[in-house]
Amino acid sequence: MRLVLVGTSHHRAPVELREQLFVSAGDNSELVGRLAGADAEAVVLSTCNRTELYLVHGDEEAAQARAHAQLTAMAELSESEIAPVLYTVMDGAAALHLFRVSAGLDSMIPGEAQILGQVRSAYELAQEAGTTGPLLHRVFRQALRVGRRVRTETAIGENPASISSAAAELAERVFGSLEGRRILILGAGKMSDLATVNLISRGVDSVFVANRSVDRAERLARRFGGRAAGLEAVEEELERADVVVASTSSRGYVLSAEQVERAMRRRKGRPIFFVDIAVPRDIDPAVNGIEGCYLYDVDDLERVVEESVAGRREEAVRAEAIVAEEADRFRDWQLSLDVVPAIASLRALAESIREDELARAEGRLGSLSPSQRRAVESLTAQIVNKLLHPPTVRMKEAAAAADGVLYADAIRHLFALDDADTPRVKGK
Amino acid sequence: MELAALLFWPALAGYAEAAIAYVGDTVRPGRLSRFAIWGVRFGWLAQTALLIAEAVRANGFPWATWAGSLNLFVWLVVGAYLIWGCRSPFRLLGLAVMPLAVALFAVAWVAGGAGSQRRGEVGDVFLAFHVGFVLAALAGFTLAAGLAGLYLWQERRLKRRAPGVLRQRAPSQEALDCLTARTIAFSLPALTVGLAIGLARLVVDGGGFDALMAVAIVVWVAYAGFLWLRHEAGWRGRRTAYLALAGLALVLASLVPVSHF
Repeated sequence: MRLVLVGTSHHRAPVELREQLFVSAGDNSELVGRLAGADAEAVVLSTCNRTELYLVHGDEEAAQARAHAQLTAMAELSESEIAPVLYTVMDGAAALHLFRVSAGLDSMIPGEAQILGQVRSAYELAQEAGTTGPLLHRVFRQALRVGRRVRTETAIGENPASISSAAAELAERVFGSLEGRRILILGAGKMSDLATVNLISRGVDSVFVANRSVDRAERLARRFGGRAAGLEAVEEELERADVVVASTSSRGYVLSAEQVERAMRRRKGRPIFFVDIAVPRDIDPAVNGIEGCYLYDVDDLERVVEESVAGRREEAVRAEAIVAEEADRFRDWQLSLDVVPAIASLRALAESIREDELARAEGRLGSLSPSQRRAVESLTAQIVNKLLHPPTVRMKEAAAAADGVLYADAIRHLFALDDADTPRVKGK
Repeated sequence: MELAALLFWPALAGYAEAAIAYVGDTVRPGRLSRFAIWGVRFGWLAQTALLIAEAVRANGFPWATWAGSLNLFVWLVVGAYLIWGCRSPFRLLGLAVMPLAVALFAVAWVAGGAGSQRRGEVGDVFLAFHVGFVLAALAGFTLAAGLAGLYLWQERRLKRRAPGVLRQRAPSQEALDCLTARTIAFSLPALTVGLAIGLARLVVDGGGFDALMAVAIVVWVAYAGFLWLRHEAGWRGRRTAYLALAGLALVLASLVPVSHF
């Protein structure tokens, strides 16, 4: 059986085409069913950056044709139009690709965390649809393990890759956990919204929105279960807030250093973290000079993100080594499949001989006590196991070196394993 | 080679390896901190064995000399560091603690305090407890100063908006601030008990009030003042970090010279 991957990603396809090829969770089960048919295994991995069809089939060309037909239909393009953006890889190379995807090495931002969950979902959807078999089970489980290993053993996913997550991590560097912290939002635009979502996902539980238009402030506050007021309430609220996110469209500073200094005196030294993502800026830069105040504007945050992404790229080198190691392991396992039937037949033969010989000796063993009988059973089983252990290991080793088929044929020939009608070698 | 040397050199090697690895980890975060913490653990275990061997050989309390005290002090500082240092965000503290530990441990050895078979000048129980408690307190103050230094270093990076500020794993500012205060809060009672034992001994032996005692009380007042300012006046962050550093500077500039020279 061959593992075949046909797909496209952000490396080759423009966003318009990726949108066409996107498969929602609802459609995924139906698509894997069509791909698997009665004779194949299938998993469909579809995210905003990639759509990849993983098939296991005895005939690689048939698998490719099936995948191409589905993708062509989804894109509503001709075969010749879609072919240039598709890639096809097989067996070890397909596994290596999936491991890289799972590790976040093929993502736009190296080490991004979402992809691991998306690989898991794709696998689970295929499992529910009943289109996975031994090979896809193995490769997807290993891919999930690779993803976890890379994130544990390297720092590829540790630093933020977006402005909002950088702001949240910097706030954590000041306060530790953000659980139970208070956030004050100045302005009710989209940027405040993004930053607030990130902070809330990290435990911030009290939101106060201040805006020129109280209506808009109330709308945003309702989304996060918070309170709202006009900008005149800011100074009073500063006394309680831990994080301030500013993104109003005001032309001048909304928050002056004097206002913050007054608030800091009332706060008795409790620190406060300011995120100013407005252009022009909302918060007087002099605020950063006040003891206990940390102020980051959008340029500062972008520099932090750039540095962080550069760090991720350095870690990606270490991650690639882990992925290559796991791909080798998969390749060894796949090659060992060539000798597995021969090993299984050999073991079945040996076991049947053992059982037959014990049955033949039944008359002479009749006088044995149950414990003595168990000892004889155990002894004979151990002899069989010890005899078969070296050839089993050697055949698996040979399989990894690509000689497995030769060894398997030799075993089949020497022990007459191919002859289905060959009576088990009864004691002659 | 005598047993002391057999234990001293591995301990020093462990500490030195850790100090170098911490420097390397600062340059390239994340790679070497694991080696560093294992160096600390190994060195500390070897030093523990060294202290036990010393105690057995001297049949009592062999750290009454200043070099011996230094040896015990290093062990206490590194031991206190290990309480937090095993957690990855706190490993950076090793950058402040381990080079100091290496230097002081080497000085203790050269001065005969890490391998001396000589019994201390006074080997009584009073002295053992007095020195033990005072050294434990000083180890705590040293660690608190390290935490305060880390707080100021990170504050500077945050204030300067260093692009790589998140690449270096470090505890949060609040955690550092809180731990500095907590370490001093644990160390001050140890100093109090140590001083009380010293005073009791003075009364029993009929000794007079000397410069050492006066300096020790000044140190006690300074750290008590730190705790009062923090809890009653609401001092936090940079100000308390500077106070913790000033406290250690006071110890180094007055208590240590007065007690040993």
